[in-house]
Amino acid sequence: MTRIATAPNDRGAAVGNAVEVRGIVKHYGTTKALDGVDLTVKEGTVLGVLGPNGAGKTTLVRVLSTLIKPDAGTAVVGGYDVLRQPKQLRRTIGLTGQYASVDELLSGYENLYLIGRLLDLPRREARARATELLERFSLTEAAKRTAKTYSGGMRRRLDLAASMIGRPRVLYLDEPTTGLDPRTRNEVWDEVQRMVAEGTTVLLTTQYMEEAEQLANELTVIDRGKVIANGLVSDLKAKVGGQTLQVRPARPADLPEMARCLRENGVSTATYSADTGLLAVPITGEEQLTAVIGVLGGRGFAIAGIDTKVPSLDEVFLAITGKPVADAEPVPSLAKEPVA
Amino acid sequence: MTTATLAPARAEDSRIGLSGTLRHVGALTRRNLMRIKADPESMFDAVLMPVIFTVLFVYVFGGAMAGDQDTYKQYLVPGLLGQTGLTLAMAVGTGLNSDFQTGVMDRFRTLPIGRASVLLSKIAAETLRGLLSFAILIGFAMCIGFEVKTGPLEVLATIGLALVFGMSIVWISMLLGMALRSAQAVQGVAMLVLMPMQFGSSIFAPTQTMPGWLQSFTKVNPLSALADASRALLNGQGAVAHPVMIVLIWSAAVTAVFAPLAVARFRKRT
Ligand SMILES: Nc1ncnc2c1ncn2[C@@H]1O[C@H](COP(=O)(O)OP(=O)(O)O)[C@@H](O)[C@H]1O
Ligand SMILES: [Mg+2]
Repeated sequence: MTRIATAPNDRGAAVGNAVEVRGIVKHYGTTKALDGVDLTVKEGTVLGVLGPNGAGKTTLVRVLSTLIKPDAGTAVVGGYDVLRQPKQLRRTIGLTGQYASVDELLSGYENLYLIGRLLDLPRREARARATELLERFSLTEAAKRTAKTYSGGMRRRLDLAASMIGRPRVLYLDEPTTGLDPRTRNEVWDEVQRMVAEGTTVLLTTQYMEEAEQLANELTVIDRGKVIANGLVSDLKAKVGGQTLQVRPARPADLPEMARCLRENGVSTATYSADTGLLAVPITGEEQLTAVIGVLGGRGFAIAGIDTKVPSLDEVFLAITGKPVADAEPVPSLAKEPVA
Repeated sequence: MTTATLAPARAEDSRIGLSGTLRHVGALTRRNLMRIKADPESMFDAVLMPVIFTVLFVYVFGGAMAGDQDTYKQYLVPGLLGQTGLTLAMAVGTGLNSDFQTGVMDRFRTLPIGRASVLLSKIAAETLRGLLSFAILIGFAMCIGFEVKTGPLEVLATIGLALVFGMSIVWISMLLGMALRSAQAVQGVAMLVLMPMQFGSSIFAPTQTMPGWLQSFTKVNPLSALADASRALLNGQGAVAHPVMIVLIWSAAVTAVFAPLAVARFRKRT
């Protein structure tokens, strides 16, 4: 595991931990969905849990929501133990799962009203809360229609609204924007930011570095049930490079040679794809950017285009572990420290 | 980094209590009823089937089977009433299955409610639906000339007996609902079980004319006892106590075997 940086306590005073996870293990047969995960979410902050498909993100969220019991380890949320105080814990949390869990045959309003009643709100309050949240999530017009008729984005928003009914102190969002179009994704991001501004603690899983960067203060990167890095998003960005330089050579055949040249000149993190015809280099600083351009220009490669973008999960993994996601086999000899 | 942990905000204890449970069951029952409203086709089996059976059997086979249609009406309708409890019991499993499949159950399970509430609300909603179909069936039958030869007490007793039997079948239905992959599969298996149970009973025809091997089945088929009991109660003919006893014994036995299995499986999944 790579410790990117010790997280400084930027408020100076003691900050409580809303979520404390220690050594959580969950195996399915021979699949180690969670293999000893530790993480902490400070109260009032957003922790991003970044990992590829199958990393164990959903399993983690399900353990923390009392939906499944871990094989080993402890997890305390809002001061309540997942195993010993599940009922109290459930009053503390809100969950928006990876797959929408709204009742398709009920209207948006009825979905929210039902949850209000199950959370012991008096009838009038449950009605008021449902109306208020529909308004807030721009669903007022669709309030009386059955959720079956909602678009993917509307369902997501209804799901988010449902998890907000009880004003949870800790909110879990499991890949809240996967499968959404960019506009809807931005709407969801805005909502999450609003909840955070109101003091909600959020644990958010995602496959996108961009999303983690947008929403999270700290980041825990997991792969195959193990934490492989954690720290402040800003520190991880400094390490991975906030952005990736994309170079499109005039002749795609030059790609391997370009990557080799960069490696020879100390830039080991360059990757390229023959399919897209792009060379990608995570940029960690101004000098590095200058150096890359200098090397490529100096060797006389014909360059058709240059662009920058936020790094992908693959590039993040490469920077942290020195190996890409796909062949992240647990072979220790290959897991060399990246050259920063 | 500090290790101070968020103090619990509310010191309330974890028990939910009777009034809480009643409120949760009430809210969930309302939900189940609204689902029926949003998907009226789901009323088909509970409401239309008995009516269709009545029409079909009374007018198509009635004359041939009992000599005349009026006699056959008095024979058939009580049996169909009994069987309604069985149909609604099967719907509990289908409903449970679709809640597990769609993730709605996950949502409920992250809420501070007792896990039995979800189940109790399914049973409550199906009971209400059953009462509606009893009313429709009796009303329809009376329109086409069926007569209750006894009184309202006997009608209530018939409905009560059907519900008691239905409640025992709920456990089997739950097990199917949790064991099978889709709501359609649950419905399919339920049909596969229900069809021979219904037709291999005294609901549609007296069993005396059936071949010996079939009679040995129809004699132990609890639906026969249920139909006989209903007929005795509504027509005021024949022994009441004996078939009622048999139905109650069956109900107790089925509950004793399947309730612990169903509850264990439900607890494991929730
Ligand atoms: N109920 C289950 N039964 C068997 N294997 C499971 C189950 N749930 C998850 N897994 C396995 O555990 C691993 C982690 O899954 P998951 O937590 O869903 O990952 P993620 O959400 O990060 O994509 C995967 O290999 C998945 O196949
Ligand atoms: Mg997942």
